Amino acid sequence: MFEDVRDLYSAAIVERGRRPRHMRRLEAFDVTAKGDNPLCGDRVQVWVKLDDGRIAATGFDARGCEISKAAADLMVEAVQGHTPGDTRAMFESFRVMAQTGVCPAHQAELAAMQPLAAVHEYKSRVKCATLPWHALLAALDGKGETSSE
Amino acid sequence: MSITLEPGLDVAAIRAQFPILSQTIRGKKLVFLDSAASAQKPRAVIDAMVGAMETQYANIHRGLHWMSERTTEAYEAARDATADLLGAADRHEIVFVRNSTEAINLVAHSYGRGIMKAGQAVVISEMEHHANIVPWQMLRDAHGTELRVARITDAGELDMAHLESLLGDGKVGLVAITHMSNVLGTYTPAERIVAMAHAHGAKVLLDGSQAVVHRKIDVQALGADFYVFTGHKLYGPTGIGVLWARREILEAMPPWMGGGDMISSVTFERSTWAEVPHKFEAGTPAIIEGIGLKAAIDWVQAIGYPAIAAHEAALTEHALARMSAIPGITLIGQAQDRGGVISFALDRAHAHDVATLLDRQGIAVRAGHHCAEPLMRRLGLDSTARASFGIYTTAEEIDVLADTLERVREFFA
Repeated sequence: MFEDVRDLYSAAIVERGRRPRHMRRLEAFDVTAKGDNPLCGDRVQVWVKLDDGRIAATGFDARGCEISKAAADLMVEAVQGHTPGDTRAMFESFRVMAQTGVCPAHQAELAAMQPLAAVHEYKSRVKCATLPWHALLAALDGKGETSSE
Repeated sequence: MSITLEPGLDVAAIRAQFPILSQTIRGKKLVFLDSAASAQKPRAVIDAMVGAMETQYANIHRGLHWMSERTTEAYEAARDATADLLGAADRHEIVFVRNSTEAINLVAHSYGRGIMKAGQAVVISEMEHHANIVPWQMLRDAHGTELRVARITDAGELDMAHLESLLGDGKVGLVAITHMSNVLGTYTPAERIVAMAHAHGAKVLLDGSQAVVHRKIDVQALGADFYVFTGHKLYGPTGIGVLWARREILEAMPPWMGGGDMISSVTFERSTWAEVPHKFEAGTPAIIEGIGLKAAIDWVQAIGYPAIAAHEAALTEHALARMSAIPGITLIGQAQDRGGVISFALDRAHAHDVATLLDRQGIAVRAGHHCAEPLMRRLGLDSTARASFGIYTTAEEIDVLADTLERVREFFA
């Protein structure tokens, strides 16, 4: 019945959403921020440990749908070892991908996130995928809270 | 399972009057189960609005020409229809606003700041829509009133004993409570609330946004002081809502917004106010929408509330039976007196994922906090999915929902 949603709800995404690998609060962290989607009630918090100006570890806690959790989990792996500047650029690429479905070829780190590109077909769900990134950037910018609005 | 409908309610004939219901979504028949958010519009409403714009439109109330006079008559006929719908004693008790939210804000500003005293309290309940929470918080912060919250029971009914305890000190000036929860489908016992509040010297505002769609409202029999609803949930257009209040209360209340239409005379030194309800209707109103609201009310009245209520009661019973049999489902709220708004959660899937999968099958439900975050917190939930019914909803559509929900659950196995 749901073959047509397998583009977004692929086995990989559903597995990530159901059993995220990085959904944990970091005991030792440098920055943290909460992200909130006031329209649907999704909330995410991200903790980041920095080392020499690069992301050494990221953990998150999410209260939300499979898509937001899978997006957060994949994000953690994509940004590992990157500077805040790289991370911001990566988010811009990811945002374009989520909104248009077009995957930027030149960023290898985003390859793993490609399954989420299908979210562009589900306009009301794009913010589910971008919310964890908003929280991550807010943390890196030293803001405690952000909103996907 | 078959359901018995009130004789005389031909749902197929009713559906034929809603052009949108014949649409397909991604090749699937539209199953529209989001009427509590906003209802679809029958041909009668569409035609009335288009007809007004095509043949009979000008600004109202002060025009001296034929078009203005005819348009004024059509718009003011909506006031008569609304007064009749609510059983109001006097057509001047009907104030047109944009929606229920604006009606409550009007009361919070005008009655709240103009009549209530700092130190008095407003009582709301745990199952209010944000529209009946935030204006009272703003009043509290601006005016020094207290905001008290009446508890609900685990079944999703108003805790009347707790409400009474909140009224005990006599400080409560206003009880503002929903007449039907947009999340739980619970009808609140309006007459008992009014009797209890009045016994303690408090006025009562009922948020009828949901209730007016399903049940005959008689504001005089209820004994309420304020009643609000919105046109777009009652098969009418957006942009037009109603505040009803007793005439003596409206007359005592100061105006809220100033401008044209709400004055008697204006000089640079001072202005005087028009009579009610115009005192509260500043600026050019939603003329076309008012005409559409009248068409919607006439349409609903022609079908009649007994038939509407019987149809929706049968649908709700059918839905509760079908949905409660789905493995892993939790139906939120088990009020004795409830209507066709059913919130639910599936054990294996978040409400948003459920809604997305249903949407792909052409089934429109709502998912989220339904503008009732405090209620979600009270229930220990982040969000729910919600199916809500209208007069055009069929038992077959509920069967499609229930069958599809079982498949959604299998999808997330």
